[in-house]
Amino acid sequence: MGMTIAEKIIAAAAGVASVRPGDIHTVELDRLMSNDGTTHLTIDMYRNLKNPRIADVDKLVWIVDHNVPCDSVKTAASHKKMRDFAKEHGIKFYEGAGVCHQVMMENHVTSGELIFGADSHTCAYGAAGAFGTGVGCTDYLYAMVTGKSWLLVPETLRFNLTGKLNDGVYARDLILSIIGMIGANGANYMAMEFGGEGLKTLNMSDRIAICNLCVEAGAKTALMEVDEITLDYLKAHGREPKHVFKSDEDAHFAKVYEIDLAAVRPIVAKPHFVDSVVDAKECVGTHIDEAFLGSCNNGRIEDLRVGAELIKGRKVHPHVRFLVVPASTEVYRQALAEGIIDTFMEAGAIVMNANCSVCWGSCQGVIGEGEVLISTGTRNFKGRAGHKDSFVYLASAATVTASAIRGEITTADMIS
Amino acid sequence: MDRFTGKIWVLGDDIDTDIIIPTEYLALKTVQDMAPYAFSPLRPELAGQIREGDIIVAGKNFGCGSSREQAPEIIKALGIRCVIAKSFARIFFRNSINNGLLLIENDRIQNDVKEGDEITVAINESIECHGKQHPITSLPQNLVDILNAGGLVKAMQRRNGLV
Repeated sequence: MGMTIAEKIIAAAAGVASVRPGDIHTVELDRLMSNDGTTHLTIDMYRNLKNPRIADVDKLVWIVDHNVPCDSVKTAASHKKMRDFAKEHGIKFYEGAGVCHQVMMENHVTSGELIFGADSHTCAYGAAGAFGTGVGCTDYLYAMVTGKSWLLVPETLRFNLTGKLNDGVYARDLILSIIGMIGANGANYMAMEFGGEGLKTLNMSDRIAICNLCVEAGAKTALMEVDEITLDYLKAHGREPKHVFKSDEDAHFAKVYEIDLAAVRPIVAKPHFVDSVVDAKECVGTHIDEAFLGSCNNGRIEDLRVGAELIKGRKVHPHVRFLVVPASTEVYRQALAEGIIDTFMEAGAIVMNANCSVCWGSCQGVIGEGEVLISTGTRNFKGRAGHKDSFVYLASAATVTASAIRGEITTADMIS
Repeated sequence: MDRFTGKIWVLGDDIDTDIIIPTEYLALKTVQDMAPYAFSPLRPELAGQIREGDIIVAGKNFGCGSSREQAPEIIKALGIRCVIAKSFARIFFRNSINNGLLLIENDRIQNDVKEGDEITVAINESIECHGKQHPITSLPQNLVDILNAGGLVKAMQRRNGLV
């Protein structure tokens, strides 16, 4: 029987000819990413080992992104621990460069790799055809010390994309529609694989947005077929693919979905679940207090351009705080060069440094009791953005910006 | 320790890790400091009511959301002996095993129990409540080994003594 992309990557990493869903294999990992969410815990555990050692320090990438700049004395201590350890051991270290997954895509990920990240949205790397999966600090420690881990081979859900997204409809709307359709654990333990004619209409930023959110459907990983767009992106960032895998003709998929991109409409995920998905029109008129454009999901130059085009010549509504946060310093500088930052500031938006920001809900743009946030962040669970009795709606950069202008949930086509 | 009995607390579907431990408490020094705030967005009094040996029975997709490993650590620190749910989110599943927290996947028992009931778990065999037995599937051996050792690091130490 043939294999899916996920199965091929695992087989290669396990050094075996083939694998099947349900098998457990020991795999060699290509890259190990950890951020300031849990690295300090990994370090504490590491130091308690009898004979601590790092299997291959070149594979480690540590990134401070969740609380940047540092928001408290406690965080300062955990950052220092991470910083000092990285320096002591020669670990690649980023602080202030941006959100971990964006930094990884810009600098480290390539097709066919198997990557652990101590962060749930590691599945984002599927945009480059890499098997990225999120783990906790203990799994990270084990992989750091041994260079390996165990993996249960996932089933694969296949999404055949056809057509093209309409104007005003974005990758964010697509992935929210899919999550709404299959549910918050509809892809539990599975790989979500994307291909088909419609794939070539999606650029790398779209692909990252789609893969990034797959964990919110319970997916173990997300994988896009590798094509010219992927290879051009990698080349532009100085990288060659490790492997380019495509699912075999006779690969087994747990289920196959045919997705017509032209049928996707602007979508909103209502509080308090990512799969509480509705047509954005149903939420129009809902008062908002804060709007956030950023995060590993939608903080790239493409997202900022969409927001800037909508808000140019207009103002942020007087009762709204509109926070704009590029996902990396590379994106920020490009936005500066294109005049986008000035456009946002002219409109009255608050532009901040590249970090997880409002999405993380702990250090920037925290919302209070009864407040409503519309966001391009990844989650809207109860209390995610601040007070336990606050509300988060998730939407595309276009819907978020349009809402920031009107002071209530608004779709871009309503802004004349 | 193949069987144990405990009082149950019942939770619903999609209990995410931001509910299990909200972000604002992650900055607290230890898991013991964080434990009183477990589940606070949903049931602020629950953490204070849980006793050693209690069991959580939940719906689908328990532990979804953020990969924060503090979530299973805190559940264990509260004294919860095991979590029984219709399904578990995958990062939470691995993190729990790695911390020696027993998880059992079962989607029938929820119909037969209510909060406060006592149930008996025969590990890798069945759950008994109100005189009825619900068979449970056993975990793969490598995971059983990790759980029996009390977690991944302990299993590493036990297995090869190198770390």
